[in-house]
Amino acid sequence: MSKALLGWRELKPGGIIEEPGNSSKRLTGDWRTFKPVINQDKCTRCLRCWIVCPEPAISVVDKQYSWPNGRSWKFTVEVNYDYCKGCGMCVEECEPKAIDWVEEVK
Amino acid sequence: MSQMAKPFFRTVYDVPREEYFAPGHGLCAGCTAGTIVKLLLKVAGPNTIVVNATGCVEVSTTPYPYTSWEVPWIHVAFENTAAVASGIESAIRVMKAKGRLDPSKQINVIALAGDGGTYDIGLQALSGMLERGHKVMYVLYDNEAYMNTGIQRSGSTPEFAWTTTTPVGSVLRGKVQQKKPISDIVAAHKIPYVATANPGYFADMMTKFKKGLETNGPSFVHVIQPCTTGWKFDPRYGIVLSRLATETGIWINWELENEQFRVTVPVPRRKPVRDYIKMQGRFSHLTDQDIEEIQKIVDQEADRINKMVGRTVIGPVVEQ
Amino acid sequence: MEELTKVEWVRLPLSTNYAVAYAAKDADIDIVSAYPITPQTTVVEKLSEFIANGELKAQMIHVESEHSALSAAIGASAMGARAFTATASQGLELMHEVLHIASGLRLPIVMSVAARALSAPISIWGDYTDLMNTRDTSWVVLIAGSAQEAYDSVLQAYKIAEDSRVLLPVMVGYDGFLMSHTYEPVSVLANSGAALRYIPKKVTWATLNPERPITVGAMANPDWYYEIKYQQVEAMKAAYEVVKEADAEYGRTFGRSYGIIEETDTDGSDLNVLTYGGIYGTLLESSEIIRKNGIKAGFARLRLFRPFPYEEVLKLAEKSSALVVLDRAITYGMPIAGPLAREVISVLYSHGINIPVYNFIVGIGQRSFTENDALKVVSASFEMLKRGQKIDESIYWGVRE
Repeated sequence: MSKALLGWRELKPGGIIEEPGNSSKRLTGDWRTFKPVINQDKCTRCLRCWIVCPEPAISVVDKQYSWPNGRSWKFTVEVNYDYCKGCGMCVEECEPKAIDWVEEVK
Repeated sequence: MSQMAKPFFRTVYDVPREEYFAPGHGLCAGCTAGTIVKLLLKVAGPNTIVVNATGCVEVSTTPYPYTSWEVPWIHVAFENTAAVASGIESAIRVMKAKGRLDPSKQINVIALAGDGGTYDIGLQALSGMLERGHKVMYVLYDNEAYMNTGIQRSGSTPEFAWTTTTPVGSVLRGKVQQKKPISDIVAAHKIPYVATANPGYFADMMTKFKKGLETNGPSFVHVIQPCTTGWKFDPRYGIVLSRLATETGIWINWELENEQFRVTVPVPRRKPVRDYIKMQGRFSHLTDQDIEEIQKIVDQEADRINKMVGRTVIGPVVEQ
Repeated sequence: MEELTKVEWVRLPLSTNYAVAYAAKDADIDIVSAYPITPQTTVVEKLSEFIANGELKAQMIHVESEHSALSAAIGASAMGARAFTATASQGLELMHEVLHIASGLRLPIVMSVAARALSAPISIWGDYTDLMNTRDTSWVVLIAGSAQEAYDSVLQAYKIAEDSRVLLPVMVGYDGFLMSHTYEPVSVLANSGAALRYIPKKVTWATLNPERPITVGAMANPDWYYEIKYQQVEAMKAAYEVVKEADAEYGRTFGRSYGIIEETDTDGSDLNVLTYGGIYGTLLESSEIIRKNGIKAGFARLRLFRPFPYEEVLKLAEKSSALVVLDRAITYGMPIAGPLAREVISVLYSHGINIPVYNFIVGIGQRSFTENDALKVVSASFEMLKRGQKIDESIYWGVRE
């Protein structure tokens, strides 16, 4: 860490943390060696991947999406690669096999 | 509120989108504890206080100055989670009575601990909390060993399992004793709600969390939590393995609600326990005979459960 | 309302344990979380009665161990409740792990300790081994010398603990049995409203509140741990001042204050005796026979053990030809084995004061220590002083060969 760390005068007593959920500042995406890529044309929006993701790094977003056959969805499912550690649980859970498992190229 | 007979959560669309568990934590890739905690907080919502025992979830989610918790959270020590939760719950009650907290405000108190913190070092505090009748939901995430310190045997570790303190050698081959029946021990306290759950059956698990939180008294939800590191399986199979535990009958999802026992996930046709065993490196030294022995124990437990229910809810093993 | 906060006293015959319970009641505690242990038990029995008959509106948590007693108090305090617990001896030892956590989380819990010997062999009787073992836990440690002082100290303890400059738990110790179970006349407030003017129910510390979620008890790696612990060093320094302020304000409000060291005849004496707890009473009783034996002895009693009152100890030492330190605990393996004597010597050394310090170990496991023993200890010390003799090992008074 290049930034100077806070001294004792600046810290809250007792080591409390006042900013809920600030672990989101710590990106864990670089843990990954493989990454899940959702094929939106195959995704049936069953949301199983969203349920199982332990980070959570998968979110349901209100973004319309239309399949080539014209079927339209009011929402899509997206992977946040800042946090996805590449465990692959979502890939295993995906019944329509709509999540590809792609090796990370660094 | 839906009728009591109906499950609170049936499909993914019953699951709230709001997250109270932030990413950026340090749980292993594919740690099913992350799945469990995330879903637990979705059920509990923001008016919740979590008391966390020392363990994987505690250390991985609060590396100072960062926290993954978006609800008030406290960690005190390993063995006293239930005692700390008792203090919080009592304080809420007395502060409401003294007009220092809004009496109409419902605040959930959740104690969250692993198997070491529950079966072993935390059992006394847990028993005390149950006996005193605090309105606390105790959630046990059971990964069957002291994973946080590096996979040492606990009272929850199943027979034959390799751990770093039950290594496989020429004289001893894994753990000698069987898993302690913790939920039965908890149930013997005659608290209003005890359940076992499995993240592979998320709706069942979340419904149990909801019921636990709505219980007027202590509740206990015991969740199996496959550990990629300690059980030695590819992290992608965490939820597959969770489900296999139930499909093979080694993990039965039941609930005991006001003395009424119910298997919430019946398994008409069981898979052989071998399917579950073979996926895990911690059992890689097992012989066919060992697996048969485990199968027999699982069969006996299925019989016992079926007798309690009065009909066959856990069916016979059917090779598929 | 005026009526309810008027300072009026009721004089009652109370044991120190009961006096402590009255004080906790008058502090309007919200939570009592305790486990029975001799000689503490009558504190929580009395508190249970207060709750049962409606005199105190609090939740009693009947925990299954002392470890849980303090753990539950931590949970309650973290919620913003005023929490109280009481223990002794093995109970305090069982709590030991949690003592560090209560202070580390900066929670203003107050605990009374009826000081008792430690096993093995098991002894239910008094000495200060249990209390002295807490010296590095970052609790403020007060030691009372009478039931009245114990009552006053518990009220002061909340004043100190909840001061935002401090936010540390406070322990109020006193002799097991010799004080915990003997009755003295004690003035207690006729209405607790008066106490609450001195210690208003104001939450000065961070609490678990769903409206403003915080994380308490996170894991600190080597980049952070040291700074968070150093804050406790500073809090202890602040506590030293706040203890004095709290006592002075108590004096202004209620007409009684104690200072940090209680002294009798310490000016112009041949030597001064320093101790803590109820044994001071024995020393005062012995003063006449000591004087008759031709020795001008002064007596001093330490009321504060942590933070260690080095300024007052230095002042005492500066006017003393020698200090006789009576300790009711043993630091095994050290030649000078009395915990107080060790602190005194360390303070004197660092300030270049080179007077003889005669350390006597007395009253271990409640071995009797009478006025006659006091005379002999003072006489022996005076003889050594006259010979210019110093000691490099504690004197184990009265141990049989």
